[in-house]
Amino acid sequence: MRLEGGSGEVRRTVLRAESLWKSYDEGTVAVLKGVDCEVREGETVALCGPSGCGKSTLLHLFGGLDWADRGRVSVNSVEVNRHSNLLRLLRHEVGFVFQLHNLIPDLTLAENCLIPTVAAGTDRREARARLVELAERTGLGHRLDHRIQKLSGGERQRTAICRALMNRPKILLADEPTGSLDEQASKVIFDLLLDLVETEGATLLMATHDRNLAGRCDRLVEMHDGKIHEHAHAG
Amino acid sequence: MIFLKLILTNLRRHRIRSLISVAGIAFSVAAMLTVVTILQGAIGMFSSILSNDSEMIVFEKDVSDLFFSNVPGEAAAQIAGWAMVEHAHPVLFGVVSSAGHPIITCFGVTATDARIQKAAWVKGDRGNFARHDDDVVLGARAAEFLSASLGSEVQIGHAKFHVVGVLKTANGFEDGGVFMPLAAAQSFFHKQGTSSVITVKLRNKDDAAAFKAMVKAKYPSLIALEDAEFTRTYSQFRILKATAWAVGGCGLLLGGLGVANTMIMSVFTRIREIAILRVNGFSQVQIGGVIFGESAVVSVSGAVTGLLVGSCFLYALKLIPALDGYIDPTMHPLLMLIVLALALLTGVAGAVYPAVYAMRIRAVEALRFE
Repeated sequence: MRLEGGSGEVRRTVLRAESLWKSYDEGTVAVLKGVDCEVREGETVALCGPSGCGKSTLLHLFGGLDWADRGRVSVNSVEVNRHSNLLRLLRHEVGFVFQLHNLIPDLTLAENCLIPTVAAGTDRREARARLVELAERTGLGHRLDHRIQKLSGGERQRTAICRALMNRPKILLADEPTGSLDEQASKVIFDLLLDLVETEGATLLMATHDRNLAGRCDRLVEMHDGKIHEHAHAG
Repeated sequence: MIFLKLILTNLRRHRIRSLISVAGIAFSVAAMLTVVTILQGAIGMFSSILSNDSEMIVFEKDVSDLFFSNVPGEAAAQIAGWAMVEHAHPVLFGVVSSAGHPIITCFGVTATDARIQKAAWVKGDRGNFARHDDDVVLGARAAEFLSASLGSEVQIGHAKFHVVGVLKTANGFEDGGVFMPLAAAQSFFHKQGTSSVITVKLRNKDDAAAFKAMVKAKYPSLIALEDAEFTRTYSQFRILKATAWAVGGCGLLLGGLGVANTMIMSVFTRIREIAILRVNGFSQVQIGGVIFGESAVVSVSGAVTGLLVGSCFLYALKLIPALDGYIDPTMHPLLMLIVLALALLTGVAGAVYPAVYAMRIRAVEALRFE
């Protein structure tokens, strides 16, 4: 399916959820109740809603970290299910940024960022060049050999963004990426995120509680009680 | 490099636990090496007693222990006369006690036996051996612990003997033993006219099969074996070897359980990290590789430490005067290789469950894990 973007260019759908149902605890806790959603190539989409409404679950389903009870999820027109090539999806197609940076504390900034390239078997020099490039763009060039414990909260989240982009994924799934930061740091990180997504030509689907940040995305998708209630253009 | 660092990260994080696991494997390896080496050394020494200037041994078929073997004296005389035989010596083994020394090995031998003729005589003249029935020659250690010297009388069992020589051998059993004239030993041990074994040297080693066939044909109650064959098949040696490996194996099993415990704890304390690796594209095999790598580092470190500790321990035993000659601290490369392989295998086996557990961790659930 191809949709027309604002500039008249035809942009294809990269993320699609169709009638998604998901529950936990043997079906007693229903989280997604028939969600339909589409994200187009190059879009920045904010997923807003109260805690427990299913935002993170939807991101996990798009990233192949979990499976829907019913319905269909596809990434780049390929269905994501137990039988699909999840390693390819995680290594090359999507990158994750979480609220908690989820870095390995005993490794240095550089080593944390290089983990996806080790997983994908990327050539070392190529990986190092990519690391240096991303570190410079995120202002972390001087911290490459520092351990994670030595970094501030903002630096840790920038490191997590670098790591997510190391293998040049075209889709970035961000789950409350600024949720653990103060207002000032949140703004800086979000500016950086938007800048990187734009320059990398990536698509961003971001779960957030922050309406101000959500308002700066191309589109805002509202979730409530496991359903998508409205599709509204942000700003 | 990062993969290696991921392997080492948890070991460094929990240094004490890692060290305890390494120590567990190390002591298991050291115990196995020590027990096996000492027993193999003892077996080697006993074998060397039999193979002193000979390559075949003839003894009574189906005996559980050579001390119970009875070979007729006429068989020794006849075999010595066979064309293919260069020489054949009857040897009678016996064990006696003396004041303060519950076990003294006695060798009843003829004057022409290589044990007498080729040994280094510290005191006395080899020409004097077997002139009288109450003459004995002592190993240097036996002379020491019996406080005997040339010309003195020693109480061995219920009888007194006259020391006509002291000889020095590298073999602990012989060095701590008593050499009697064969006839005197037969009388002393109430085995008149028999010996325990006949040690045989052939003119041509290629005649071994023919020699064995001849013994079988002429003496149905006896059996002839090549020395190496005897060492390999003698039931007492096999029991000793099996015991050594079983004791060592139990040690390694305990070490393996230590590794398993460490690896289980390692996985349980890094569930979230494993989930992070999964989200960043690590395959199940790569996750398993990190866990197995960690256990391999523990096992190899433990095995190498165990080799060093075992070597030092064996060397220290060798330095104890009372044990000199009884312990051969030489570790055979094959034994070291087997023990290293077993240690590695044990470590890897101990990591199977933790690795499978780690490989099955679902990232989405593990990321919620605090």
